[in-house]
Amino acid sequence: MRNDADTLTALFLQFAILSFFAVGGGGSAVPEMHRQTVEIAQWLTDRQFSELFAIAQAAPGPNIMFVALLGHFIAGVPGAVVATVAMCGPSCVLAYAVSQVVERFRAARWRIAIQAGLVPVTIGLLAASALIIARAADHDWGGFAITAGTFAFVYWTSLSPLLAFAVAALLGLSGFA
Amino acid sequence: MSKPNSTPSAVSAAERDASAAGPAAAAPRPSITDLFLAFAGVSLSGFGGVLAWARRMLVENKRWMTAREFNNLLALCQFLPGPNIVNLCAVFGVRMRGIPGALACLLGLLGPSVVLMIAAGVLYRRFGTLPELHGVLSGLAAAAAGMIIATALKMAEPLIRFRLGPQHAVALATFLTVGVLRLSLPLVLLVVVPVSIGFAWLRSYEK
Repeated sequence: MRNDADTLTALFLQFAILSFFAVGGGGSAVPEMHRQTVEIAQWLTDRQFSELFAIAQAAPGPNIMFVALLGHFIAGVPGAVVATVAMCGPSCVLAYAVSQVVERFRAARWRIAIQAGLVPVTIGLLAASALIIARAADHDWGGFAITAGTFAFVYWTSLSPLLAFAVAALLGLSGFA
Repeated sequence: MSKPNSTPSAVSAAERDASAAGPAAAAPRPSITDLFLAFAGVSLSGFGGVLAWARRMLVENKRWMTAREFNNLLALCQFLPGPNIVNLCAVFGVRMRGIPGALACLLGLLGPSVVLMIAAGVLYRRFGTLPELHGVLSGLAAAAAGMIIATALKMAEPLIRFRLGPQHAVALATFLTVGVLRLSLPLVLLVVVPVSIGFAWLRSYEK
C-alpha cells in the first residue's frame, strides 16, 4: 500500500479525468480503470481487480463505489476518499452546470442526436467491461458456468441479481470455480 | 396531478413554472438533515444498484419529485458523463437547498458506502488469500461478469431490432478498441463519439 502524495495525486488525476469519459454511467469506465491501475501502474493484479469489482457489486450502495475499494487497496483510507471525490466531484459540477442549460433544449435536434449517438458507445464500453472482468475471473469451466448462469438469470428473469450472487458465492466456497 | 398538456411547448412552460415555484410534488421542501438521512437510507438499502431505491424514496415515499420530474432528471444525467445516480443526487440537492443541499445529498449517498468499502478493503487485505474466501470471491467475480453481459445485452436490445447500420459498427468498434486492443479510452472516445453523434444527426433527418 502506498499512500504517499505522488500516488494520491496520480490517483486523483486519473479518476477525475476518467469521470468525464464515463459515457452513460460509471460502468463504462471499468476498462480504462483496469488499463490505468493494472496494466500501466501495476498497482494490483488482474485477479485482485476482478475480486474487488465483485465485492463492490455485491455490497449495498452505488456500484461506482468500486472506486473507493480500488482506491483503498492502492493507497489506504486516503486513497478511498481521494478516488471517490475524484470520480464524483468533477462530473457533479458539470451535471449541475449543464442541467441549468440543457433542460430548456429537451426537444432540440442536436440534443437528441447527442443522446442517441452515445448509446452505441455505452453498449460497446459495457461489453468491453464484461470481457475484462470475465477474462480475469473465468479460469476454468466452473467459472464459465457461473458467468453463463448469472447472465441467463439476470437477462431472462426479473428476480434480484443478488440471488445469483449468493448462489455463486456458495458454489465458489465449495470449490466449484 | 396537473391537468394533461396537449402541446410540447405547453409542457415545458408548465414545467418551468413548476421549477420556479419549487418542487411540483405535494411534500414541503426538505431540510438539509432530511436530505442527508434520506440518501443515507437509500445508500444502505441499495443492494444491486441504488437507482430503483432512489426513485422509490424520491417519488413514492417522500414525494419530493413527481414521476415526470424524476424521469427528466434521470434522462439528463444519463446524457452526461459520470456515475448517473451520483449526478442525479447532486443536481436534486442543489435544486432543493443550494450547494449545502447538494453536499448533504452526496454525503448521505456516498458516506456510508465509503465507510463500508474501507471495511471491506481491510478485510480483503487481511483475509483475501484464505482459500475459502478466495473461492467465494472467484464465484462472485464470475457472477459479476455474467451480470454485466446481461446489462450490456439489455441495453443493446433496441439496437438489435434496427437493421444493420452505423450504430452497430460504432458499438463493435468501441468494444474492439477498448476491450480487445486496450487502447486509451479518452483517445477512442475522441474519435468514436463525434462519428456516432454525426450518424445520429443524419438519421434524425431520415424520419
